[in-house]
Amino acid sequence: MHGWSAPLAWVGRSAMDLAAAFGRFGKFAAAATRAAGDVATWGRLVAVQMARIGVDSLPLALFIAAFTGIVMALQASYTFTGAIPLYFVGTLVGKTMILELGPVLTGLALAGRVGANIAAEIGTMKVTEQIDALETLAYNPMSYLVVPRLIAGIIMFPIVVAFADAMGIVAGWITAINLLDLSTPEFVRGLRLFFAPFDVRYSLVKAASFGLAVTAVGCFFGFSTRGGAEGVGQATTRAVVVGSMLILVLDAFWAVALL
Amino acid sequence: MSIRIEGVSKSFGPKVVLDGFTLDVRDRETMVVIGHSGSGKSVLLKLIVRLLEPDAGTIVVNGRRVGELTRDELVELRRDVGFVFQFAALFDSMTVAENVAMGLRRIREMTADAIEERVREALTLVGLSEYGSRYPAELSGGQRKRAGLARAIATHPKYLLYDEPTTGLDPVTTAVINRLILKMRDELGVTSIVVTHDLQSAYYIGDRIAMLYQGKVRFVGTPAEIQAVDDPVVRAFIEGRPELAEEVA
Repeated sequence: MHGWSAPLAWVGRSAMDLAAAFGRFGKFAAAATRAAGDVATWGRLVAVQMARIGVDSLPLALFIAAFTGIVMALQASYTFTGAIPLYFVGTLVGKTMILELGPVLTGLALAGRVGANIAAEIGTMKVTEQIDALETLAYNPMSYLVVPRLIAGIIMFPIVVAFADAMGIVAGWITAINLLDLSTPEFVRGLRLFFAPFDVRYSLVKAASFGLAVTAVGCFFGFSTRGGAEGVGQATTRAVVVGSMLILVLDAFWAVALL
Repeated sequence: MSIRIEGVSKSFGPKVVLDGFTLDVRDRETMVVIGHSGSGKSVLLKLIVRLLEPDAGTIVVNGRRVGELTRDELVELRRDVGFVFQFAALFDSMTVAENVAMGLRRIREMTADAIEERVREALTLVGLSEYGSRYPAELSGGQRKRAGLARAIATHPKYLLYDEPTTGLDPVTTAVINRLILKMRDELGVTSIVVTHDLQSAYYIGDRIAMLYQGKVRFVGTPAEIQAVDDPVVRAFIEGRPELAEEVA
């Protein structure tokens, strides 16, 4: 092969691999959709996944949101000083938390926590033949492993994000009244100034789509795992990277589609 | 309740594992499949329950072509088949009893009490009645294999597929597993295929033994017949003398 054609071959191979991965994901999504009808199998498993994906993720999401709220209040005050009335700190904290930072930072944190957990668990089951065992025991692995996680992700991500939004605002408010020259009525005035109920719906719709993306990617890479421990590690890394990228792409998509 | 494998071929990339493999397993027979490591024995078992799809050929279980079954029909077939995995493949997030109950929960008519009773019966049969509340990580290798066997037999299957059931076990545990395999045949009338390297076990439990070599059946016959066969490839394998096969090559 000529020296100049090697990069071309690499591009070609990469494009083929990407197309094949999209094809595999399409088949996976179709199988998961068909399995959604098997309510008898996944129905009793959703609550457990909701606890693992949502409730167990709350401390991490609240921690991130609290510090984001604090920093935003301080940075807003620093930016506004002398030019814009300080009660706009409440506006900025509320709007930014609800529209962007609440859902996106929580989504990225959960892409690591939840996406990695799902990919590692399912990947380990794949390489130790536990998924084959499920099949031989007359279970559809899609109904048993994938559908409960997808449903739990779609339901619990918005709930976690709602708590994170609230925590960010509360942290911003506490910061404003303690560290800035701002009273509670002033902060609330700013908070309510440009508030629209649509903002909350926008935040929760985004969060639900992030939940679907993170759990679907985790399950897909888990099921695609080959080999042993190294394969599980690779699947986990891919789930986190692709899940995080998808969150940013979806974030842009919803901004274009809904704003 | 027979299993017929007709001209089955299976490759993984350039590696041809099965190449026109044909074998008949009779009703209530225990067929042992022996062969070199990587010769496709485990693949054969997975093809029978369609965990893998063959590239060519047909597999007929009790008159039904496995490749033509719908998803629901396949689930129905799998309810009749118990699969004992080489490394047990126990669900590590569940206790042994929960593992054994998994297949039973798919049977609609079974009440919680009936499931509990059947779990107790299966664990007693494999000598693990005291281990129901333990997790797989708390069991030894032999105990794990027996738990895997309990899970496979709990549903009272018509067919049992064993993937290396005694590999890596001590002689006493091996004897226990071998007796269980015979008990399944004699008391439950199960049709079985056992994949193994363990020739002593093969002679003890097998009604017939088939040797898989280069993707095809090289020999099939009773334990007495295989021990008397002249084929140097078969002799090389059962006597552990590779030079016999090299002379032919």
